[in-house]
Amino acid sequence: MPSGRVCLPYFLKTTGRPALADERPILETSDLTIRFGGHVAVDHVSCSFDRGTLTAIVGPNGAGKTTYFNLISGQLKATDGAVTLNGEDITRLSVPERTDRGIGRAFQLTNLFPTLSVRENVRLVVQSRARKGFDLFSIAESHVELLERANHVLAEVRLVDQADQAVSALPHGDQRKLEVALLIALGPQVLMFDEPTAGMSVDEVPVILELVRKLKADMDRTILLVEHKMDVIRSLADRIIVLHNGQLVADGDPAEVIALPVVQEAYLGKAPEAA
Amino acid sequence: MLTRLLSGDTPRSGLLTVLLLIVLISLAFAPFLFPGTKSLETAARICIFIVLVASYDLLLGYSGIVSFAHTMFFGIGAYGTALALNTSGPNYGSLIWGTLAGALVAALFALAIGLFSLRVKAIFFAMVTLAVASAFAVFVSQMSWLTGGEDGLNYKIPRELTPAFKLVNEKVLGVRINGKLVAYYLVFFASAVLFLVMLRVVNSPFGRTLKAVRDNAFRAEAIGYRVVWYRTTATVLSAVMAALAGSLLAIWLRYTGPATTLSMEIMIDILLMVVIGGMGTLYGAVLGATLFILAQTYLQNLMGVAAEATSAVPLVSTLVAPERWLLWLGVLFILSVYFFPSGIVGRLRAGRA
Repeated sequence: MPSGRVCLPYFLKTTGRPALADERPILETSDLTIRFGGHVAVDHVSCSFDRGTLTAIVGPNGAGKTTYFNLISGQLKATDGAVTLNGEDITRLSVPERTDRGIGRAFQLTNLFPTLSVRENVRLVVQSRARKGFDLFSIAESHVELLERANHVLAEVRLVDQADQAVSALPHGDQRKLEVALLIALGPQVLMFDEPTAGMSVDEVPVILELVRKLKADMDRTILLVEHKMDVIRSLADRIIVLHNGQLVADGDPAEVIALPVVQEAYLGKAPEAA
Repeated sequence: MLTRLLSGDTPRSGLLTVLLLIVLISLAFAPFLFPGTKSLETAARICIFIVLVASYDLLLGYSGIVSFAHTMFFGIGAYGTALALNTSGPNYGSLIWGTLAGALVAALFALAIGLFSLRVKAIFFAMVTLAVASAFAVFVSQMSWLTGGEDGLNYKIPRELTPAFKLVNEKVLGVRINGKLVAYYLVFFASAVLFLVMLRVVNSPFGRTLKAVRDNAFRAEAIGYRVVWYRTTATVLSAVMAALAGSLLAIWLRYTGPATTLSMEIMIDILLMVVIGGMGTLYGAVLGATLFILAQTYLQNLMGVAAEATSAVPLVSTLVAPERWLLWLGVLFILSVYFFPSGIVGRLRAGRA
């Protein structure tokens, strides 16, 4: 069985998008590597992401997609290699420092503030961006502008009716929406979605996808999306990269990458069709 | 205006409001409502412990930090004031610099402990605080030339705060208006102000962030909060508040010793008061401290009465004999934790919804 070592130097520029003012990639990983003991979870992944594009990251379970995300957003520290944001090396920076510089992340396993209300969850993100966290002597509710911004985001993800509920009492689908809401409230330059639709009911998936589509359309933002649903990827992605056994094995235009034998085999688990 | 004073954090439960008002009025008029030395001692103790317990709740309830060093900070404040009064004489100058010095030392200690150990797992922080607090208690008892060792320090306080000072010659409502009364109101108002300051802090953007850090430190980092700074600031703030409570105790008792400030027993009492009152709500500190201290002080008397009343019934009178008060105190705690797992305040607020 051929392993992911069939590393294809298949680099296609994203096509069909208008040229943007700054053509320098916003985010770059060069030879990014992390080892856990003998296991190399992410293996010399070099890849750059252009401003205003949506890149889907695909690969089988255990391919290192979430680990790759963790290395970019800082939850894990790289053993080797570098992460560069806007030309600045952020490899050694802490998670909040990277957040400050414009990296935002939604998590695969819902990762919220369970005892606080839905609105308070979003308000905390807005408050963080407004740098009000160390304000000790004003009443939190008196910062009306923060509340308004939070309410606005809640309206976008259609969680207004649930705003005063405690997060722990929320159904799973709503928690997923809130997960996305936190990322929207954060308003980063690079948005990383880790399977945003996982575990959602069929009728809720479009809400999330619509949000991602909107983010892609009306902001000059760069989106990285780990996703398993091929139809979702086809409709959203400008580009697909494929990780397998921690290595970057394919990279390019969605239609072409999906057609690659290595993707058919590694990702979809099918034997390559005669081509 | 009132809402602003309470920082928008109203009791949000009718019964809770009534209970808090009863505590507030009782403490505000304690010298007139409950004349007598013992009841005034109890009232002052309640005031001081409300501040102490609230400051601990800032850590445990709001920040999710388990610390066993809280009595150390309480002690540092008390010893600061005590040493200043002892060495530079019973005047307001030494009272103030002693209090400030105590608060400053407590802050520095908390900063050091926080920066060294808040990065690591919660259990490790708890162990570090336990070790530091124990070491500090031994240190204080060994430095007897300075601290009076196990005997502690007896010292004079400014004359205006002692019973010898008469403000009015006649009794008012049957109560002597003397320095002791002035001292009580100093304790009462200082406690009230400190409590309101803490209530403001927990309802500020900072306090809200503490709750976020407590709930999910991992996510708090991911949305840009430097968790270690928040935890350290909370630790320092809580230590300063504890130290100020210690200073009030030192002024009130005119005595400071390991038993009144540094003992592990007090640490456990504080922990119980927070849990009984309700973690993560400062009003819980008010009710927890009040109930606990009342039980501690009066349960024995109450049981004496009960034992006499039931002297004819053999088993019952033995069970309620006054010397078994600790057993009943224990039973009361087990019951209260069992029936109010989220504390009295948590229970009352939930009941409203």
